[in-house]
Parts: sequence; C-alpha cells; structure tokens
Amino acid sequence: MAIHHRISEDPSVPSAFREMVPPLSRSAAGEESNRCLYCYDAPCIKACPTSINIPSFIKRIATGNTEGAAYAIMDANPVGASCARVCPTELLCEGACVLNGTAEPIAIGRLQRYATDFAATEGLQLFAPGAPAGISAGVIGSGPAGLSAARELARFGFQVDVYEAKSVAGGLDSTGIVSFRLPTHVPAWEVQQVEALGVRFHTGVRIGSSLSAKQLLERHDAVVLAAGMGYVPPLGLEGEELEGVHDAIRLVEATKSGRMPSSFTGAKVAVIGAGNTAIDAATCSVRLGADKVKIVYRRTGAEMTAYPFEFEFAKQDGVEFEWLTQPVRIIGDEQGKVTGLECIRLEADGRTGPDGRRLFSPVPDSTFVNEADAVVFATGQQRLAPLADQLGISHQNGIPEVDPMTGLTSNPRIYAAGDVLHGTGAGEATVVSAAEQGKRAAAAIARKLLGEEFESYKRELVPTRAAENV
Amino acid sequence: MADLSISLAGITSPNPFWLASAPPTNTGYQVQRAFEAGWGGAVWKTLGEPIINTSSRFAAVHFGGKRVAGFNNIELISDRPLEVNLKEIRETKKRFPKHALVASLMVEPKREKWHEIVKRVEDAGVDGLELNFGCPHGMAERGMGAASGQQPDLVEKQTMWAKEAASTPVIVKLTPNITDITVTARHAVMGGADAISLINTINSLAGVDLESWNTIPHVGGKGAHGGYCGPAVKPIALNMVAECARDPKVGVPISGIGGISSWQDAVEFMLMGAAGVQVCTAAMHHGFRIVEEMVDGLNRYLDRKGLASVSELIGQSVPRYSDWGNLDLNYRVVARIHQDVCINCNKCHIACEDTSHQCIDMLTGSSGRPYLHVREDDCVGCNLCSIVCPVDGAIEMVELPAAAPVLTWNERQRALAKLGTDSMETEAVEG
Repeated sequence: MAIHHRISEDPSVPSAFREMVPPLSRSAAGEESNRCLYCYDAPCIKACPTSINIPSFIKRIATGNTEGAAYAIMDANPVGASCARVCPTELLCEGACVLNGTAEPIAIGRLQRYATDFAATEGLQLFAPGAPAGISAGVIGSGPAGLSAARELARFGFQVDVYEAKSVAGGLDSTGIVSFRLPTHVPAWEVQQVEALGVRFHTGVRIGSSLSAKQLLERHDAVVLAAGMGYVPPLGLEGEELEGVHDAIRLVEATKSGRMPSSFTGAKVAVIGAGNTAIDAATCSVRLGADKVKIVYRRTGAEMTAYPFEFEFAKQDGVEFEWLTQPVRIIGDEQGKVTGLECIRLEADGRTGPDGRRLFSPVPDSTFVNEADAVVFATGQQRLAPLADQLGISHQNGIPEVDPMTGLTSNPRIYAAGDVLHGTGAGEATVVSAAEQGKRAAAAIARKLLGEEFESYKRELVPTRAAENV
Repeated sequence: MADLSISLAGITSPNPFWLASAPPTNTGYQVQRAFEAGWGGAVWKTLGEPIINTSSRFAAVHFGGKRVAGFNNIELISDRPLEVNLKEIRETKKRFPKHALVASLMVEPKREKWHEIVKRVEDAGVDGLELNFGCPHGMAERGMGAASGQQPDLVEKQTMWAKEAASTPVIVKLTPNITDITVTARHAVMGGADAISLINTINSLAGVDLESWNTIPHVGGKGAHGGYCGPAVKPIALNMVAECARDPKVGVPISGIGGISSWQDAVEFMLMGAAGVQVCTAAMHHGFRIVEEMVDGLNRYLDRKGLASVSELIGQSVPRYSDWGNLDLNYRVVARIHQDVCINCNKCHIACEDTSHQCIDMLTGSSGRPYLHVREDDCVGCNLCSIVCPVDGAIEMVELPAAAPVLTWNERQRALAKLGTDSMETEAVEG
C-alpha cells in the first residue's frame, strides 16, 4: 500500500474558522464503537444513500482495524471523510439507529470521521486502479459527484480526466461548505486518493471556454456531467450593485481560500434566504466579527429548508431570524455603500403553492428598513444551462433530463450526477446523494462499455492489500 | 437489616466477604485497610519459605471494551520473611478481633514442615488455616501448590499433617486444574479438613502481543503459564462449588472463590452451597471500597427476600443441580418476541438462522413496519435469541404446558432396558 504524505488541518486557518466538532479520541472511539449492536440487515445502512456497511466499519474500529474501517467507508462512499462531517446524520444513519428511543444513537458520523482521519493522517492509499481497460472517461466537475464517478471509473480500469473550472479540486466540499464544518484538508485528501489511481485533474479548465464540449466528447468515450450549480442568481432588487452586497457562495468560498473579508468586522449583516447556505453565510458573518446578523426570510420556520440542527447552530451563534419578511430594495449612501435593507411584512393568505407550501402576501403599509452594512444573498444557485446546451443534451432550465437510476442523459455517452440534477427529483442536494449518483453513473458507464467484462472487473474490486497477497 | 455474619467451620466474620489469599492481603497495612473498608475477613497471602518474584506479573483479558473480564498472574507466595508476616498478623488480629483472619500456608510435603508452620502461625493468633494446594505456577515446579493439589493422596496426607498440629479450623484450598474436583475434595475431607475453599486459579496464558509476538505478560521476552481468575472464571468456579456441595462424600463447609465481582455473584455461590465467599480480582480492579457495594446490595436483597440471615441462602439451589440424565425431556420452552419492546436489530434472526434452528422470520407488517416472528413449532427453546438480544424483556422464553408426563433420559433408558428384558423373556417363552 502506497504511503502518501500525511494530511491534516492547515495551521494558517484562523481559530474561528477551524473545525468546531472535536475528533473522537482513540478511547472514546473504542467505547462508542463497542456500543454498536452490530445489527443484522441494519437500518443505518438502508438510511445511507451510499449504503456504507456501517455495522461492519464500526466493528472494525472496535477490533483495532481502523484501516479496514476506513476502507469499508471509502469503498462505498468516495467522499466518506467529508460526509462524516456534513451529512445530516440525524436524518439519515443516526436517525435510523435502533438505539433511538432506548439510548443515544451511535455517533456514526463521528466514528466515520475517526476512521477516515486515521487513513488521512497515516497517509494510507486505500484503493488501487483497475487493470487498464483502454477506455477513456471525462468528468466535468470535481465535487462529490464528479470525484465519486472518477474514483469508480478508475477502479474499473478507465483512464479518467477530470475538468475543474476552479483552481482547486473538490467542488463544493472544497469551496462551498464552511471550514468550521468541513476544513479544506478533508476534500483535499479525498481528491488525493482519486489522483493516486491515475486520474488526471485539470483545474482551471472550464468546459465551454478553455475546452469546448465538442472537444471533450471527441477526447472521451464517456462523459460525466457533474458540474454542480453556479453562484447565487440576481434577485433583481434595486441596489444589488451596491458595495456591501454579497453572494453567499462567494462569501463562503472567500473564507475557505483564506481571503477573509474585513468589511464584516463590527457590521450589521442581513442574510436573505433560510436554506443551509444562508445559515453558512450567517455563521461565517458572525465569525468574521459581525456585530449583528439577521436572517431575513419571506416564509416561516416551518417552510425553512435549512436542517433543524443548522437552525439550532445559527441560533446558538446569536443569529436572529426575521420571518415573513420580504426584501424590497437595498438602500445605499452617497458613496454607494449599503446602509439598509428595505423590507415588507408578509402574512399567510390561505393559499398553497404547487409545492404544497403555504403562500404569503404583503401586509399593507408594513414597509420598514433593516439597518445593514452588508446584505448577503443566499437565495439559491444558478443553473448551468449554457453548459447543457453546449453538450447538446435535453434539459429544463439547465437541469438535464436523465434516467433517475443511472443519470443517463439524452446523449448515450453523457451521464449526469450531483447538484446539476437537483430539482429533478433525482435526489437530495446533499454531498452523500451526489456521491451515490456519481457511483451509479460510473457503474452504468462501466456496464455499458465493459459489457460482460464488467462483472469480472467488479470482482477485482478488492482491498489493495488483499490484492497484493493473491 | 438482615444478619450478614457467617460462621465457616467455626470461623466467624461480620459478613461473608473475605479477601482471598493474594496480592491484596500481602501486608498488615493492606489487610487492616481492607477491614476498615468493610471486608469481613481476609486470608493472608500464602506463608512459607519466602520466594523471589519476577517483575511483570499480571495481565488481563479485556472484552468488548470492558476491562478485566479475566485476570492472569505469575506472582508467587509471600516474598517477605515469615517473622514479619507473623508480627503483622498479630497486630492486625489485635486491632480487628471480630474479623476473620485466616493464614494461607504452603510448605514442602513433609510432616515436620507442616507441624512447624501451623504452630508458628496459630501462635500469631489466626482464626483458621487455609492450605494452599492450588497455586498453579512457580510453586508447583517445587512440588508444592497445584503439584501436590493434583495428587489426591498428597492432599489427604498433608491435610492430616496440618490437622495433627492445628487447633484452629483447617480449610483446604483446591486447584481447578484437575479432571474431577470432588476427588481431591473428598481426599481433603478424609485427611480431616474442616472446610474446603475453591477454586484456585486456572492455568492460563493471557495473550500474545500482536506487534512484538511476546507472551502477555512476559519477563524479558519469555513467558510462562499463570493462574487465571476474574469474572470470566465464575461459571467454572460455580460449577465446581456446586459439584462439591452436592457430593455427600464431601459434606464440609465451602468457601466459594472465583470471579466474584458483586453481591449477586456472592448470592449465587451461597445458593450453590458456599458458606462464605472470597474475592480478589474485584478488589484489585477497584480497590477495597468495592465491598461497600457488595454489602449494601446483599443487605437489600436479603430484606427484599424476607430473609433474616445470609446463612439462610446457603445451599438453597443445590438440590436443583443434578445430572443431565435427570432432566425432563418433555419440558418445553419457546421464544416469544414482545413487539412493543423489540428494537428490530435482527440479531436474534441472524443468530437463529445461521447458528441455531432457523425459526425466527423477518417479516413486514401491513403498515410496512418490519417485525420479527418466532415459528414456535420449530423453536427448540435453546435460548440463543434471548441471549443475543440487546434489550431486556424483548424476548421471553415462555414455558409451554406439558404435552407429556415428565420423562428423564435415565427413566427412558430404564424403561427401554425393561422393555428389552421383557421382550427377551417373551422370546424365551416363545422359543
């Protein structure tokens, strides 16, 4: 097994942005792993979108085989180290744990982190590439879906090239999730694991500009579209161009790349939206030294899309929530700097939208101004419709039309996975779902292009160390 | 509050919890601390010719994250001069006249050696003597301990020699490293033993270090077998105590030893015939204060059971311990799963499916909720499911009404034999 350089948290990260949840100590991991019942046909496995064999990896920790635990995790989920930190475990594996109700559920996420941290700090290379199949695959995007597809295709023996528009690989895990939840060294390790299989990462290459979609399709036998989504689209509010108006995704990205904005110190911040990205923007603002952070949302807590634990986390951070409040315009001073967010109160009008959520109407004469030095938009992400057009695949507003099981698009050589599909009902916009979609796309490609050989390739997917012993 | 005091072959103590002869009873300082903490008695670390101990002596077996499921040692008898021990015994007895202070003894199998040590020790004021015929390591290589304890005639002879000189009760401590413990127990009684104590430690190797490949423990890279004790040996000890208790040819009081960690363990040993118990590993694991929990638990248990004295427990379960041939072949229990308690971990299913009688089905109810169901006709009542079930009360072993009268294997064999005789007689008549 190849030993890579050991990866651990970057010491230059300011303490407020360091990972908040401490790792489990060896003894705590031992105790917690021994508490697992090792259920048969365990509900936690079924609750995991990537079907990690959770009882198995936990038993491996309990029996002093942490490397084997890391293998079991990463085998099922190529971004298992990130998922250990960002998965909504309360709603997935831990929520399904049979111990709920009689005792605390097993801390599956933290045990998963313990095992994957071990692999990273020990510098272990967990997987080996498959025997070369002479087939080439191109992957657009190096986030959870792209990384997952690339890793699996490499294990099937494909030559894989990953095209990443940004300067660093890892996608949302590297740039879009706050570092105090997911430090950059974690996705960096996951990328390194895939790179070690011979996968070539081309960062700074945007399909459609540096390399055309046509060239991409000429180069590769199969293509996985895993480009995710773009930045926050403009709302069309007056004053969006003012200094002090931010895009939540860019804000998080800046804090993760070490470019900490100084304008938040002592500032009053209004965040528009109440999804998980809004929570990220709000908690980032708190850590950047903001004096007061308020989340402005046109619906109520009941409609909010942020996870309940994210909501709790923001409240503990001192973030205020202003429900039933619709931004009308952003007010600026003569220097073009934001001074306030004009809003109007809303109330439920008894109607229900097509998505089943309540509809709200403005309360007459309820306009007011929220004092603000900064306004952060966290109102969704832009679709990459032009990319879908260039690839020539059928899509609706940038969301490719696919076979939900495999991600196969209207072009038989192109598969799609991850957030690029979000909104089609093909899955949740979570890291773990993206990873599973990447895996499925890779399996579908391999099944198609390897034909009968696919089954034998699959059989060769054995632990590298075991393979050395054959 | 019930009366916790006991009398074991005339040796009295304020409660049934004695410290066994072992490292915790090495010095007067320790034994006095133990009595202050609440122990009812102590058997002093074995006296004899002082020995030299090795460095690195103990090892333990940890299981499933719990420490000290079993304990192993290669320490020998007292390494301190006899005079020092006797002086401390005298002081201890003077300070704690009501506590049981027993001296454990081990000398070469020679009559005069036994006479000499018995006299010297009794002169120090002990309440009784325990002959150590059990220590399995080190001393055995010198013809003492288990080496003499494994030879019934030597057990008998040495007991006799000790008895010739003794004026206090003599307890013979038996080794479990033997095929049938009742044989040595009977010979101890034939030699005049007033009581027996069991078990001493079991030959053991605690483990092998996966990195260095050394034994655990090792002494400079070499290891030797030690003596095993602690919670893991309790079932072995309990059986041996029970076998001695139900053997009419033994018939002397028993001091129960072997993995006793709690008041519950003590109750079990007493129900199986022990008149008192000795503890070591639990004290080594937690300190002398553990006796407070033992005393308190025992007290409340006796109150709850309405018993006035702990002695009322002694031997109550012995009549229920018999031979397999006397068990009713027509008795039946089956597993029943309480759906309201079950958490659906499916451990019962896979245990039954893979390793027992394939009678627990994983089903889905009309509401889509999964549940487990026992096919009672196929259930043999093995208990495995209820053993692996992690939730108390989820699986109950239910007694079924008798389908046929009691029939033991012995009765069945007798009946078959009788049939055979009858048919032979018939054949003879016909022939």
